[in-house]
Amino acid sequence: MSQVLIIGATSAIAQAVARRYAEQGANLFLVARDAERLDAVADDLVVRGAAGADMLAADLTDLDRHPEIVAAALDGLSGLDTILIAHGVLPDQHACEQSAREALHSIDVNFLSVVSLLTPLANQLADRKAGVIAVISSVAGDRGRQSNYIYGAAKSGLDTFLEGLRNRLFKSGVHVLTIKPGFVATPMTAHIPERGALWAQPEDIAAGIIKAIEKRRNVVYLPSFWALIMLIIRSIPESIFKRLSL
Amino acid sequence: MAASIYRSWGRFPQIDQRGEPLVWRTDPLPGPGGEEDASLLPFGNGRSYGDVCLNRGGRVLDTRALDRFIRFDREQGIIRCESGVLLAALLHLVVPAGWFLPVSPGTRYATVGGALANDVHGKNHHYAGTFGCHVTAFELLRSDGSRLVCTPEENSELFSATIGGMGLTGLVTWVELQLRRVQGALLKEESVKFSNLNEFFRLSELSDGNFEYTVAWVDCVSRGDSLGRGLFARANHDSSEYTGRERSDKPTVSVPFSPPVSLVNRWSLKAFNAFYYARQRERKRVRTLHYQSFFYPLDSIGNWNRIYGPKGMLQYQCLLPGDDGRKMLHEMMSTIAGSGNGSFLTVLKVFGDKSSPGMMSFPRPGVTLALDFQNKPDVFRLLDRLDAMTREVGGAVYPAKDARMSAESFQAYFPAWQEFAEHIDPGFSSSFWRRVGGEVL
Repeated sequence: MSQVLIIGATSAIAQAVARRYAEQGANLFLVARDAERLDAVADDLVVRGAAGADMLAADLTDLDRHPEIVAAALDGLSGLDTILIAHGVLPDQHACEQSAREALHSIDVNFLSVVSLLTPLANQLADRKAGVIAVISSVAGDRGRQSNYIYGAAKSGLDTFLEGLRNRLFKSGVHVLTIKPGFVATPMTAHIPERGALWAQPEDIAAGIIKAIEKRRNVVYLPSFWALIMLIIRSIPESIFKRLSL
Repeated sequence: MAASIYRSWGRFPQIDQRGEPLVWRTDPLPGPGGEEDASLLPFGNGRSYGDVCLNRGGRVLDTRALDRFIRFDREQGIIRCESGVLLAALLHLVVPAGWFLPVSPGTRYATVGGALANDVHGKNHHYAGTFGCHVTAFELLRSDGSRLVCTPEENSELFSATIGGMGLTGLVTWVELQLRRVQGALLKEESVKFSNLNEFFRLSELSDGNFEYTVAWVDCVSRGDSLGRGLFARANHDSSEYTGRERSDKPTVSVPFSPPVSLVNRWSLKAFNAFYYARQRERKRVRTLHYQSFFYPLDSIGNWNRIYGPKGMLQYQCLLPGDDGRKMLHEMMSTIAGSGNGSFLTVLKVFGDKSSPGMMSFPRPGVTLALDFQNKPDVFRLLDRLDAMTREVGGAVYPAKDARMSAESFQAYFPAWQEFAEHIDPGFSSSFWRRVGGEVL
């Protein structure tokens, strides 16, 4: 039986992944900010077949609470083996340009909080020489664009952190997966009106994540066509790229 | 302009519908929309046909992310879930546990909330009544912020107004249902050929006592001696074990786009109806089949509604009571066959006398006829004629499938409409209601 910790468990993608684990009878530990919402998610997972769905409500930008989160998760699960980090915010880029505070808040949530959580959690898995750490990053980290470079910078920092962690934990048998979803129809993106063919549903992303975990992939773009799109975007020379409005 | 993502299944009317996605059942309703008419209307999965799920100029509350289960008593078969849960998801969960929907409509892609709001019925109406007969409780969130748990005993008037209340009494956040025991995923079906409407009625009488599910497909094109010929399907749940391939919750094939003109026309109708009747050679065919094939044959073709082309289609489902109703059915069928309009799938079913708690519920004792029509001007005239016939015998037309009935007809069909109107939430409205719920001048 999988023992799964999900951080940011009320996000649409995390819920979809958690449902798949629940149907397999996994034992889950859920962390997110809002206790009422966590309750709703936990009840759903238990009905769907989870062996258990314990939880803790916490604001993840409050780094001082991270040791408590880690301790509660280890206590709530019997032998943690899978970690999914799914929390994040898509900041208002314009507000970030006007206010350093806004910009730093986005870096806090999307990057620093993950480093703070994964440092002790990774050591736990390393000690036990097994497990998977799957982290939701974004295609936005592949290249800085004027429309969302604060978010992109946090995700790019995260990518490098995960790359190093993967390298370090490889000999311990612990696997690190970097997940880069493209446009996903979730509450986080509900304010974006135009929904073209590039948009995917959270359930499709979840299926891709489960498969990538099973296959021990390192970096996965979801849906997979984003790998090609981002390859093209990354290969545009900077002298041209800086003139574009993407 | 991008096409609205909020459409009804008939793809008519097509309007630019604003929507507010709901994600958590504990959240309050969205605040005022800033425009004059910011009224609200819950929207499930857009499986009703006309404008009962649309709110032109106002907003719909998109409930598709309210898709969580809350609790499931596997011994008693009582399930509580959020209103946006699809019937498909519910079946996926409960069938392996030995339970089934007590009443199922012809698609499993409707939501639980939509099934309640339209008080849907199925092939077992003579046996189990409507969906609302099996609802034990739900929570109603009103625009004044109040949350009311409604049961047959508690807030019983709102319970009765909300079942079949077309979403107008407030937002149903969760629903509790009593499921029905089954031994497995299979049904044993008999398909019996009949050559006219009298035979259909006789088969119904003979079958309704022994079969939980009965329904007939009828050829809507043939006239004269063959008027009302068809295939009568009757079935019961079966206890043998399903050993076939694993079934998916998704359609197997899909109509990828809407063709520029309707594929349903005078010639294709004639060919299909004749073929479908002739396909079954023997008088009676018996087979065991998976519940998905029995209940939801059309669900295996994704977006089948697109075959009617860009203008969409109009459904018509009426209920004709009593002996007068039976006679009127003959007249109606010959009027339809004579018009050259009609559909591939025309359905007949005799409803039973189990009454629904829903004040505005459509089913009542009698025979029901359902078919769809390509959207074109002469069809509106034809449907007005059918309405006149339905009214003549004191029948009714199903709001969940309607996009055009007059206020006068509606009020004749649903005499409780004024009593119902008192329970409508002042912050809620719909295109359908504004069309039919006003004073007749």
